[in-house]
Amino acid sequence: MWNWTMGNWTSPDKLRVKGIIGMNRRNIRYIGRYNDRRLYPLVDDKLKTKLLAQEHGITTPALIGTVATQFGVKHLREMLRGHDGFVIKPAKGSGGKGILVIDHVEDGAFVKPSGVRLTLKDVERHASNILSGLYSLGGSPDVAVVEALINFDERLAEYTYEGVPDIRVIVFLGYPVMAMMRLSTAASDGKANLHQGAVGVGLDIATGSAIRGVQFDRTRLDHPDTGHELASLHIPDWRTLLLLAAGCYEMTGMLGYLGTDVVLDRDHGPMLLELNARPGLAIQMANGEGLRRRLDLIERQPSGVPPEERVAFAQHHFARRSELETSTEATAEAV
Amino acid sequence: MSRLPFYLLVGLLLVAGIGLSVHRHISLEVPWTPGEQREVWEVEALVNFTAQGGPVLVNMALPSHQQSFRMLTEHTASPGYGLAFLEENGGRRAQWSIREASGSQQLYYTTQMLATPDARPVPTEPPALGGDIIWERPYDTAAAQVIERAWNRSADAFTFARELIRDFGDERQGENSRLLLTQFERGQLLVRLLNQAGVPAREVSGLLLEDARRRQTLSQWVQVFDGERWALFDPATGEQGRPDNLLLWEASGQAVLEVQGGTNSRVTFSMLNRNQPAAAAVRSQLAEDTLLNFSIHSLPLEEQALFQTILLIPIGALVVVILRILVGIKTSGTFMPVLIALAFIQTTLITGLVGFLLIVAVGLVIRNYLSYLNLLLVARVTAVIITVIAIISLFSVLAYRFGLNAGLTITFFPMIILSWTIERMSILWEEEGPREVLIQGGGSLLTAVIAFLAMTNPWVRHITFNFLGVQMILMALILLLGNYTGYRLLELRRFKPITED
Repeated sequence: MWNWTMGNWTSPDKLRVKGIIGMNRRNIRYIGRYNDRRLYPLVDDKLKTKLLAQEHGITTPALIGTVATQFGVKHLREMLRGHDGFVIKPAKGSGGKGILVIDHVEDGAFVKPSGVRLTLKDVERHASNILSGLYSLGGSPDVAVVEALINFDERLAEYTYEGVPDIRVIVFLGYPVMAMMRLSTAASDGKANLHQGAVGVGLDIATGSAIRGVQFDRTRLDHPDTGHELASLHIPDWRTLLLLAAGCYEMTGMLGYLGTDVVLDRDHGPMLLELNARPGLAIQMANGEGLRRRLDLIERQPSGVPPEERVAFAQHHFARRSELETSTEATAEAV
Repeated sequence: MSRLPFYLLVGLLLVAGIGLSVHRHISLEVPWTPGEQREVWEVEALVNFTAQGGPVLVNMALPSHQQSFRMLTEHTASPGYGLAFLEENGGRRAQWSIREASGSQQLYYTTQMLATPDARPVPTEPPALGGDIIWERPYDTAAAQVIERAWNRSADAFTFARELIRDFGDERQGENSRLLLTQFERGQLLVRLLNQAGVPAREVSGLLLEDARRRQTLSQWVQVFDGERWALFDPATGEQGRPDNLLLWEASGQAVLEVQGGTNSRVTFSMLNRNQPAAAAVRSQLAEDTLLNFSIHSLPLEEQALFQTILLIPIGALVVVILRILVGIKTSGTFMPVLIALAFIQTTLITGLVGFLLIVAVGLVIRNYLSYLNLLLVARVTAVIITVIAIISLFSVLAYRFGLNAGLTITFFPMIILSWTIERMSILWEEEGPREVLIQGGGSLLTAVIAFLAMTNPWVRHITFNFLGVQMILMALILLLGNYTGYRLLELRRFKPITED
């Protein structure tokens, strides 16, 4: 009985040693202290984020259009004409809710990455649901944002299943402190949400290479659907990506504790997908390390440092060695 | 960013809350537990006299708060008479008046006295001596001798009183004593002698309480003051001390009953002992609400019942706060479980659980169909509300037909809240799958059941209703919890894999 209990639970001391941050601490100590509530609308509204990013020269997926009224839903067909793949999302959605990805259009049918075919009616209904506030916080009326589908980098294709993998970078006071890649799986229905079963792969801040992978909070060495091992995962253009993420600090007007979601486009490189003022804690699982020590270190740094220096600082101090390679080596030796 | 003001506020709330509660406990005898029994004496005084056809003025002494007894309520029954309560010379009195009365008259006065071992003692104001006492011959020498005899055998006021009384006792009664007793009534005589010797004393009247006795009369006692406190002496035996069952009816040395315009006046007492639950005893406290004794009990009964529920809501909310912040349980809608728990109080737990599951399950099925109709959100939720009402009505009628009267209480469920719960769970099902619905639904129900158990606990109900200070303590607790940055219980499980390497 005791063993069973201990098998599933750990002690607060062990977590503290690892520097793990719990939900309560995140809410009070970081979000409450560093995130000015006045700035929330900038990140909670994806349309605002997008326009702001364009102002600051931060790359985002191209905006096809917006639907703001139920009347406007009827014009979706014209808006979508000539676009092969697109994404419809609520401007104020949370947790990836209400995001409809259409991979391509085939004989007038809209095909999702999973192969499910939707009619125009379905797409219109989805937009209408978004407008009536089905996916927004508190059910308030919303705007549907239609943007171009990302042509994501082929080099990463084999690490993912159906959906577009995105990279979450936690930016603290402008310093990128921790990063992970979220790979969608069959279990997550093409969505890159960890609690729905996507695989999270911790990334070394210094190099952009994989550290370790987790699915459903448990360690994974390969992708559950493609079977591809995760150790070789390496993000190209890593420094540019970090610079883009770090720049979001100034862009949002100094939101201190920020989750930036970035995708890699074949043609345009890293693109800002969305921002999150309440980023989750699963990134610690994917990295096998707590955020605490890194955040403590950043809190001791002076303010007003330009993004380039911040990225360099982070790359220097937060370098990690992959656990995946060591573990694969270990298994190889064992064989 | 100093946290000092915060902790000061929390400290202040705690001190004020605990202070108010302890104050109520001590000064108003409100017990900490609901089960405690309290002894309540119901005493009825009946004043009888024959009116002489003219104006009548009846003046009777009344008991007040005193050592071992606290007055709860008092009533009078005296048809046709005007009534006033007076404060006179440190004693309470009732004054009945009527312009014209004849024949036999009866006036009633009843009071409920709560027996409390630790009630506040009688205030000790130094009494005035009765001025110069003049004796006629030959009583003056007799009195002087009696006083001197007792004085020599005593050390202080109390022993002097004891010796003096004993000299009038049957065994030691001397010539002097006998002489004095022929002229004076015993109690008055003792007071005179004591006063002459410079010892403040007075004659008081008390009622020996015995269960279910009728037609009792007051007994006379002598109270002696030694410069610091009063002591009671039995004028017959000289025994010092107050018997436990003695209720002092008149304690300021005045007459018990004065009747003008009537003859043959007398007052008799009947009494009854009842054991009441402490809570009920508290409820019948006289309304003497100062700011400190601010109490819900001063409201009409109907509002009191309402407040009993309202004051429980913070308890339910505290359960939610604990389960979310310390344990990390997910619920659907933050305080929805508290509202469900409130409904459970009306329906009882099992009926409530069955009803809740039935409504939500049927609601989910119908909501699933509604999602095919492609409705706007507000219209769809409204449709769900109507559906919920229909389900509730149907179940009520069915339950009634099958003779399950418990099923009728299903109407106590908050319908709008239930509709939103169904809507949210339906969306959750579509987006996150049935597993998440089970987790959040189960979490909500678990929270509701725990909140229900906390809110129906008799002790919790007693404490929240009788001690408003507890609300401040709850507030302080919740403020402190809102400041907790440690791990949640379920995070110890969630983050377990990270500590494995």
